[in-house]
Amino acid sequence: MSSVTDQTLDHDSHDHHHAPKGLMRWLLTTNHKDIGTLYLIFAFTMFLVGGAMAMVIRAELFQPGLQLVEPNFFNQMTTVHGLIMVFGAVMPAFTGLANWMIPMMIGAPDMALPRMNNWSFWILPFAFAILLASLFMEGGGPAFGWTFYAPLSTTYSNDSTALFVFAVHIMGISSIMGAINVIVTIVNLRAPGMTWMKLPLFVWTWLITAFLLIAVMPVLAGVVTMVLTDKYFGTSFFDAAGGGDPVMFQHIFWFFGHPEVYIMILPSFGIVSAIIPAFARKPLFGYASMVYATASIAGLSFIVWAHHMFTTGMPLFGELFFMYCTMLIAVPTGVKVFNWVATMWRGAMTFEVPMLFALAFVILFTIGGFSGLMLAITPVDFQYHDTYFVVAHFHYVLVSGAIFSIYAAAYYWLPKWTGYMFDEFLAKAHFWCSLISVNILFFPMHFLGLAGMPRRIPDYALQFADVNQIVSIGGFAFGLSQLIFLAVIVKAARGGEKAEAKPWEGAEGLEWTVPSPAPYHTFETPPVIK
Amino acid sequence: MSSNQQVAQPNHGKLAGRLVLVVVAMFGFGFALVPLYDVFCEITGLNGKTNDEAVQVVAIEADLQRQVRVQFMTRNAKGVSWPFESQLSTIQVNPGVMTQVEFIVENPTNKAVVAQAIPSVSPGLGAQYLRKLECFCFNQQPLQPGERKVMPMQFYIAPDMPKEIGTLTLAYTLYDITEHDNNSSAEVAMAK
Repeated sequence: MSSVTDQTLDHDSHDHHHAPKGLMRWLLTTNHKDIGTLYLIFAFTMFLVGGAMAMVIRAELFQPGLQLVEPNFFNQMTTVHGLIMVFGAVMPAFTGLANWMIPMMIGAPDMALPRMNNWSFWILPFAFAILLASLFMEGGGPAFGWTFYAPLSTTYSNDSTALFVFAVHIMGISSIMGAINVIVTIVNLRAPGMTWMKLPLFVWTWLITAFLLIAVMPVLAGVVTMVLTDKYFGTSFFDAAGGGDPVMFQHIFWFFGHPEVYIMILPSFGIVSAIIPAFARKPLFGYASMVYATASIAGLSFIVWAHHMFTTGMPLFGELFFMYCTMLIAVPTGVKVFNWVATMWRGAMTFEVPMLFALAFVILFTIGGFSGLMLAITPVDFQYHDTYFVVAHFHYVLVSGAIFSIYAAAYYWLPKWTGYMFDEFLAKAHFWCSLISVNILFFPMHFLGLAGMPRRIPDYALQFADVNQIVSIGGFAFGLSQLIFLAVIVKAARGGEKAEAKPWEGAEGLEWTVPSPAPYHTFETPPVIK
Repeated sequence: MSSNQQVAQPNHGKLAGRLVLVVVAMFGFGFALVPLYDVFCEITGLNGKTNDEAVQVVAIEADLQRQVRVQFMTRNAKGVSWPFESQLSTIQVNPGVMTQVEFIVENPTNKAVVAQAIPSVSPGLGAQYLRKLECFCFNQQPLQPGERKVMPMQFYIAPDMPKEIGTLTLAYTLYDITEHDNNSSAEVAMAK
């Protein structure tokens, strides 16, 4: 035991001697906290870029008719907005949180594979530079939707597809490396006594997410490769003329795509399961059931993909199978929501900003879950398919779900990262502005969808004009509200009230045993968990 | 137990290596889905694909009590503007009775081309009951400049087709595979 500790110390002091300054510190860093910070800054930058594209979309849809942008550019905006938000904002934000928090939560000195960690971050900016640069080439960037259905992406796309494929490959490699690192860290570097069923839920949910990532990101890599060879090298995976089948594209894509949506929500469950007990001052209700529920959601996510494709013409048995499997996911998800509510039941609750975001998450994510259940019902899906109802559904689970949980996490751990308490007033302003505007933005979309407004079209019938105007106003308000967050972060990074090691009275976990801000190296000697 | 976890440093590579294997395997699985998809469709008869080779002629009893309507549709793939049509748009047949329909294609250009027709049946579940003994879609069709070709298609409806299917629509899409043909004839050979 002692020899190991010495070894760790040697390794770290080695780092100290050669620590470069300035830009090189960030380029060459192998420190999990530095890399976590890089991921989080990158994710927020991409969130603003993708958000700016959403503003273009909402500005165009403010009035019926074509006002501001060409339809082809509108399509590029919807496509790249989706790609950036999924691969550039939500996923890197979660990886950033994992980098920062997992080693501190399990009492490890760093991530298990620090050099790979550096790589997995630093290839990401290149991927998105390529993707964004493709918008400026002749004919524009990818315009086939983030789902890049064949033949839109094969026969009917321009040469930006090659850049798109290359960018997605790099993003995939980055996520896979991040996931491998998380798994190895959690399996190998838990502090003595940190048994599996003592792991914080954020660690558990990330472990399961990481397994989903290494299972499905390679399938995404495969399907973009097939698109590339179909377009440029004469294969016919998705081309009926050569014996292929465009519907098969959707099967392979959604075999990746459905687990992907759980990749973007399972870490949220972990975050909320850390925050609600802290501010309800009660231990999490049903810890073990939370772990099993997460695992069963992950398992079920592999057998529900065709609910995205009900209208492609499936036999009745297939539609029923995918409908019932999809609805089955509501059971473990319901267990989770029940447990969060039961944790709050008769708790001594206070409503600091992380808790506000966590509570909003529980309510709004549940709304998104319910609209998901509606979409799962095959016969009615034929009406909802490809309408704004779907847009409302996945923005409720991704914006007021995943993004809100990331905000909750950011506010919860910000004192630990910066060493300063954030500006409570500004943070509350951010919360209330976001909460109100996100509902003005996405709730009316349900009605637009039910009334039949199709998604991904730059123009619409006149009867949708009023509601679209409300939605757009909500959109602009939500976009502007996110700048308040930027102000909070900048202010908290510069200074403020000093944060204690444990700034939240009811918080539990190893990360609160180290000082705030967390020292560059933590747990060089592993703590012992009783 | 606790010391095991701490002496884990050298094991990182081993575990990471195994995880990389999973990644490689899943990448392969993505491609394996392609043949699996075809096999699955063939076994279950989903997807509206008809047989891509002539069926063996067997003695079957015609069901003269029942009539099935078969509709024929022709369309050109993007970029193809050759006249391509069926002699009949619709026909009533008794299950088990052999029927022949002729399709006509013309090459109005002054270049030799190769055409390939791809069939699709709806409802998809009816596809496996439409059995072809001969079809121009089994082969690629070379067309000389200005050539007009009459192409026969022979089929029967299997008498065990479920009663609820009263109409079958057989749609052919005509593709220009001239370039395909030059590039990779093997690929085209698969495309019946």
